Amino acid sequence: MQQLKSPAETRVVVGMSGGVDSSVAAHLLKEQGYDVIGIFMKNWDDTDENGFCTATEDYDDVIKVCNQIGIPYYAVNFEKQYWDKVFTYFLEEYKAGRTPNPDVMCNKEIKFKAFLEHAISLGADYLATGHYAQVKEVNGETQLLRGLDNNKDQTYFLNQLSQDQLSKVMFPIGHLEKKLVREIASDAGLATATKKDSTGICFIGERNFKEFLSQYLPAQPGDMVTMDGQKMGRHDGLMYYTIGQRHGLGIGGAGDPWFVLGKNLENNELLVGQNIHHEALFSDQLTAVNMSFTTNEVKENKFTCTAKFRYRQEDVKVEVELTDHNGAIVTFAEPVRAITPGQAVVLYDGEVCLGGGTIDTVLKQGKKLTYVG
Amino acid sequence: MNRIYLDHAATSPVHPQVIEKLIETLGQAYGNPSSIHATGREARKLLDHAREQLSLSIGAKEQDIILTSGGTEADNLAIFGTAYARNKEGKHIITTQIEHHAVMHACEKLEKEGFEVTYLPVNQKGRISIEDFKHELRDDTILVTIMLGNNEVGTIQPIEEIGEILKNHPASFHTDAVQAYGLLPILVDDLNVDLLSVSSHKINGPKGIGFLYQRKGTKLYPQLFGGQQERKRRAGTENVPSVLAFAEAVSITQQTMKEKQKLYNQFKETMISIFSQENLAFNINGDNEDTLPHILNVSFQGTDVESLLVNLDMSGLSVSSGSACTAGSIDPSHVLVAMFGENANKLRNSIRFSFGYGVTLEDVREAATRTAHVVKRLVK
Repeated sequence: MQQLKSPAETRVVVGMSGGVDSSVAAHLLKEQGYDVIGIFMKNWDDTDENGFCTATEDYDDVIKVCNQIGIPYYAVNFEKQYWDKVFTYFLEEYKAGRTPNPDVMCNKEIKFKAFLEHAISLGADYLATGHYAQVKEVNGETQLLRGLDNNKDQTYFLNQLSQDQLSKVMFPIGHLEKKLVREIASDAGLATATKKDSTGICFIGERNFKEFLSQYLPAQPGDMVTMDGQKMGRHDGLMYYTIGQRHGLGIGGAGDPWFVLGKNLENNELLVGQNIHHEALFSDQLTAVNMSFTTNEVKENKFTCTAKFRYRQEDVKVEVELTDHNGAIVTFAEPVRAITPGQAVVLYDGEVCLGGGTIDTVLKQGKKLTYVG
Repeated sequence: MNRIYLDHAATSPVHPQVIEKLIETLGQAYGNPSSIHATGREARKLLDHAREQLSLSIGAKEQDIILTSGGTEADNLAIFGTAYARNKEGKHIITTQIEHHAVMHACEKLEKEGFEVTYLPVNQKGRISIEDFKHELRDDTILVTIMLGNNEVGTIQPIEEIGEILKNHPASFHTDAVQAYGLLPILVDDLNVDLLSVSSHKINGPKGIGFLYQRKGTKLYPQLFGGQQERKRRAGTENVPSVLAFAEAVSITQQTMKEKQKLYNQFKETMISIFSQENLAFNINGDNEDTLPHILNVSFQGTDVESLLVNLDMSGLSVSSGSACTAGSIDPSHVLVAMFGENANKLRNSIRFSFGYGVTLEDVREAATRTAHVVKRLVK
């Protein structure tokens, strides 16, 4: 296929964030002789009253790195698409009492859709990013594989990518350990070699999450109660809490620490309980929506594999049954703690990321846990 | 693949004679023109001569020229300098919606300080109406600042007519002539302007130098304080080598103005006819007649400017989408917004070709062909 082209004839657009990972991705591709173009994507404007904008700072780093590597650089703006496709979804999910995953949505709708289209309009054969994931062609199909650095593997966020998208993607650092990526950056003298990794949701960054969200959604304070209805205090608004959370509850007193067990949207109550292993936090089944597969075909309607329910969690053995309208019922081999509606359920067959969906409901012994969404 | 530079309105290559002049004077004219010794006097003599050349190019006097670090500083000095010198007489300023940011953002700053600014609208060709202007002019108007030729679409404003109207009005009249200077004959008495900004790097001179013309008697409050240079209107040791090089560029520009006008008009026609031959769906933004000869702003239907510019760059064409902007910003051109409204497709598919020193007809043909190729691929 496209691989018949020599690297020099293969144009690769690298999505550059101004971080070390995408810098090294671009550097490695250039060293391999590809026709590399660095493009910075601006999805969010956070310019403050002093004119400071994270995107401007990051783009300055992209410019420095591209000049060091010797590749052209450009910027493209997807603020409108990001707002429409990612941020709107993000707010809607919070309104519905769920915990959305904007990174999954951003990869699906922006990075590997709008941005990929932009790259193709520039004559690119491939789009490369600094994700810790790998692609491998097997029998004419592109498999999405976990990043070699298990601690950094980002396939969780890439689960919604289709075969069509994956066939045009390169992950130049997916086979490397993070430590080595930093070393390569440092050896090459790249300006971002020691730059701190970004944390949190990209558009919130280092800012206070509560404060950020309160700018967009009205907070409705309410009661914190135990499973048997005992009032333990007040909460600031259900959207600020996530299932299994320990910190920020402010319940004092002796005994074990307190955890968020669930939310009662109707009464605007936050359900809390003591003990990290509180039985209410455990479930054995979930239903998912928006199931999407990285492969061309899914073998059967019912199959076993492993799954992750949140980023950086150990895989759990599961049985998957596909249902109508891209739904699925996922049954766990053992109870799992703090499954959170709105987050992704991602399926794996060994190293291969099969795809995934959005967690809709959570069940225990066949009964829906109404307090988690 | 040879690169073709068609972004001369953004900045222009330095003319070889100017480079020669700059190198020569960097080594020789290092004296401080304010010094009392022979070294200083030598620099002063050269500076005065250069200043005279600058002033003659617009029909002004030597002492009317305030040397600045460029067009932006000249515009800022004219606007803030007038506002602060005349705020007792009134607080009203008239400008247009299509000024360069150096004027527009200065006016916006004054608004925050309590001045009242009227931004005149323009028609689809990018020109203000005299009727609008007359209507907005008030007794307390202290400054009128309207550009001579627009940097994005090239449209020339009726400066002479406004100057005529203002003969019987006390407001100071400033024009930003940065883009028009060197391509249109400019005489300050014909235009009846009190203040006029010029930049060196748009006319094949070095960057970092320009001037503000100030008619004798026009009130202006300085913006930089320090030494007594520029008759206390702009402190700071004069950039003598750059001024001399600037004057050299001015002299070349004055001599070649006629032939440039003719040549660039031919370039425009050539590009347009190639676009037509290639059956592209396009429109020219601006005015066909009263326009700067070196600027051609074209809207290509069905394209997207972000992808268009990158593709043109990759095919060896240096062009832009209007005023040089920070990358990643989607603020559509305020000039095109003023001309076509906020929702026009033209805001998202227009690019600017601008001609200048060294560009040949062959380059222009080649550029038009490459552009057609890219546009066709993007439109599909």
